[in-house]
Amino acid sequence: MSNPTPTTSEETQLPGGNVNPVENKFTDRLSHVLADLGKNGIFIALVAVVVLFSILTNGILLRPQNISNLVVQNGYILVLAIGMVMVIIAGHIDLSVGSVAAFVGACSGVFAVQWGLPWWLSVILSLGIGALVGVWQGFWIAFVGIPAFIVTLAGMLIFRGLALVVLGNANIGSFPAEYRALGNGFLTDVFGEFELDPLTLGVGALAIIAIIVQQVRTRRGRQKYGQDVEPMAWFITKLVLVSAAIGFFAYSLAGYKGIPITLILLAVLVLVYGIVMNRTVFGRHIYAIGGNRHAAELSGIKTRRVDFWLFVNMGTLAALAGLIFTARLNLAGPKAGDGFELEAISAAFIGGAAVQGGVGTIGGAIIGGLIIGVLNNGMSILGIGIEWQQVVKGLVLLLAVAFDVYNRRRSGN
Amino acid sequence: MTTNILEMRGITKTFPGVKALSNVTIGVERGEVHAICGENGAGKSTLMKVLSGVYPHGTYDGDIVFENETVEFRDLTDSEAKGIVIIHQELALSPYLSIAENIFLNNELKGRGGLIDWNKTNFEASKLLARVGLRENPTTKIMDIGVGKQQLVEIAKALSKEVKLLILDEPTAALNDEDSDHLLDLILHLKGQGITSIIISHKLNEIKKVADSVTVIRDGKTIETIAKQDVTEDRIIKDMVGRDLEHRYPDHTPHIGEELLRVEDWTAHHPQDTSRVMVDNVNLHVRAGEIVGIAGLMGAGRTEFAMSLFGQSYGSKITGKVFLRGKEIKTRTVAEAIDQGIAYATEDRKTYGLNLIEDIKRNISMASLKKLEKYGLVHDNEEYAVANEYRKSMNIKAPSVLVKTGKLSGGNQQKVVLSKWIYSDPDVLILDEPTRGIDVGAKYEIYTIINRLAAAGKGIIVISSELPELLGICDRVYALSEGRITGELPVEEATPEAMLKLMTMEKPR
Repeated sequence: MSNPTPTTSEETQLPGGNVNPVENKFTDRLSHVLADLGKNGIFIALVAVVVLFSILTNGILLRPQNISNLVVQNGYILVLAIGMVMVIIAGHIDLSVGSVAAFVGACSGVFAVQWGLPWWLSVILSLGIGALVGVWQGFWIAFVGIPAFIVTLAGMLIFRGLALVVLGNANIGSFPAEYRALGNGFLTDVFGEFELDPLTLGVGALAIIAIIVQQVRTRRGRQKYGQDVEPMAWFITKLVLVSAAIGFFAYSLAGYKGIPITLILLAVLVLVYGIVMNRTVFGRHIYAIGGNRHAAELSGIKTRRVDFWLFVNMGTLAALAGLIFTARLNLAGPKAGDGFELEAISAAFIGGAAVQGGVGTIGGAIIGGLIIGVLNNGMSILGIGIEWQQVVKGLVLLLAVAFDVYNRRRSGN
Repeated sequence: MTTNILEMRGITKTFPGVKALSNVTIGVERGEVHAICGENGAGKSTLMKVLSGVYPHGTYDGDIVFENETVEFRDLTDSEAKGIVIIHQELALSPYLSIAENIFLNNELKGRGGLIDWNKTNFEASKLLARVGLRENPTTKIMDIGVGKQQLVEIAKALSKEVKLLILDEPTAALNDEDSDHLLDLILHLKGQGITSIIISHKLNEIKKVADSVTVIRDGKTIETIAKQDVTEDRIIKDMVGRDLEHRYPDHTPHIGEELLRVEDWTAHHPQDTSRVMVDNVNLHVRAGEIVGIAGLMGAGRTEFAMSLFGQSYGSKITGKVFLRGKEIKTRTVAEAIDQGIAYATEDRKTYGLNLIEDIKRNISMASLKKLEKYGLVHDNEEYAVANEYRKSMNIKAPSVLVKTGKLSGGNQQKVVLSKWIYSDPDVLILDEPTRGIDVGAKYEIYTIINRLAAAGKGIIVISSELPELLGICDRVYALSEGRITGELPVEEATPEAMLKLMTMEKPR
């Protein structure tokens, strides 16, 4: 479905030759819209799931409190999904992230509660431990050449075990308030108390403006270089839809407790990693390695170094997820992070990453994670038992990847 | 009326947006070797897939008549049941299984109780191996024998299915001359036993050797079928490209300047078996504007030399000195080699050269992303513009630079690889088999590009197993044998005979 529109003629693509989408025929526009919808199939799936559960739950799903909960409850999975999709794009996998999150959560408990270190120092130390875990695993994968599946399977056992050692068979609890804010804090009431928090609304409005400005600039840049751009009407339609979604989201949060700290963290991560993957040399190297490792090596890309840093990054993000989770529960326990790796991997694959590597996006993984989140949340509201939730989630993963494979085959890839 | 074993009449096959075959008609006489020629993308493979049932009946128009009976194959099993066996260019053997196991894969010889009778399997396999002239133990694993022998195993496998019509898709593409000759002799031998063959090949000399008739396909249409006595290379080429190719090689007037690259005493060992010398004390040099060839038989160490030089991407215990414009340089990693101004375009572009799931644009920029970096970010509009420029100047046939390279033909893929390296702005380009597996028309374009690079003052090293090609485009040729340079001749003195003598010169023992 990612085919370039075949209707564009040679001439329209020459640099300097401006494409005027308004003059294109109706069929051209339609094919563009269809190709776009195909590319964003995952986004449509998310909308469909949201609509379905809004109806099934009689609108409870979209209540302000529930929307806020959705973000806070899934924050750590989304953080993991960002690192995971990068690892998967490079052709690896990481099974250890749940254990690493538990281990780091336990360490942070020791720092912040048992040793009574300041919250910020505890956070920095914990992230550092996550990075060291990444250094350990990255060393075996990148420099010794052991498949990531094996190294991280071992890591899954090792760090789960170490988490238990650190905890000494007990829970560590009652974290300082600033620490807890990572998981369930809100940025609100800065300007005093209102029915609708003005800060939240303001940030929402800023986000909409930022997205519009960025999209228009990208479009202008592409036109300047004579690249094919989507029809104006469709471009505006998409912007309106996205703005409406953000507006509704901000309005909901403003009507509840304001902006969750977790959401701020996530927004920063998505922004930064989105740029890293699309626009930096490092990100491009990750795609190149996943697409064809040999060709990447023979193009001068230091594949081992990239692999190594990928796992350091994953370890750090796993640590962050562990902190958010621990902060949310206000408890570092032995069962923390159980099954996180599977949800993160599912999110990446539902979001369009390819098992053999080279394909995937940060945005896709986030949407994949949100689909899982909405499923979890929606089914819980409906009172569906955990056993059937698992069945449904498994089927969704299978069908999502099957749909992807089908799509790819149809487009002749 | 007909002695034809096979007739395909009015075959038309369309894919979404493309007419791959248009009213193709072909008749194959019983007991002959029939060659099918055509440029890459002409429709040869599609035609064979229609014939063998890979594209089942109903997905194409037209009739297939086999042994005077109209056939409608649903899949490969159907066509094999009738005695039509196709051997693909990429061999379909399982490397970890034995020769005998591969021959009888999915056709296992069962004894009592439905269990596999291994004694019988190995015995029958050895009989088949004798028929194809392969002296190997049937229990040897496929991974332990060379590509040439694997090809013979494929044929033995076909024989085990009582083949009547054997289709070979570019059977010698990966073989050296000796193995090729053996294979061609075998095809003739099987013809003596009444087996009809269709051979798809680019290599005109081998077509001349074995074919009784040649059908040329161009742009999905049959151009003509030529009988053996009328076959000439020029006629086939003319049919294939649809125009006269006065010269197979473009004119090239060398303007040779200063010495660019000098390699001294270059020695490299096998990466695993570190006692084995693969590149033995090689000395060579290239000057600006010069096209230098390295000729050698398969296994002479050509690719090994090039890759060990290019950032030590091959080999172990590598010693020797490299000088660029008279200054010694180090090329310990690929990145270092690229930075110093050396580029290496691999002989196997699909495995080592391209990211096939990525578009043309990102493939071209892959080795030079640093150049596009601005404030730590890749300038993607600039990247698009650069790629588009190369698409035009290199005549890469694609509607846009956003097309995935996996969808391009071999010739266009090679142009993308060359674009990538030209964009990295090297002083010296090492081109390993730059025209392997690409059609005649595209070859000419590649030669023209090589000439253009030389005219721009680059030093070019061309490695090729096709001697005529080297003699056609180079200014000077080195012969390589058993890892050693056995001679160096200016192209005027390099007759094929003289070169072959040097290329087969053995080490004094």
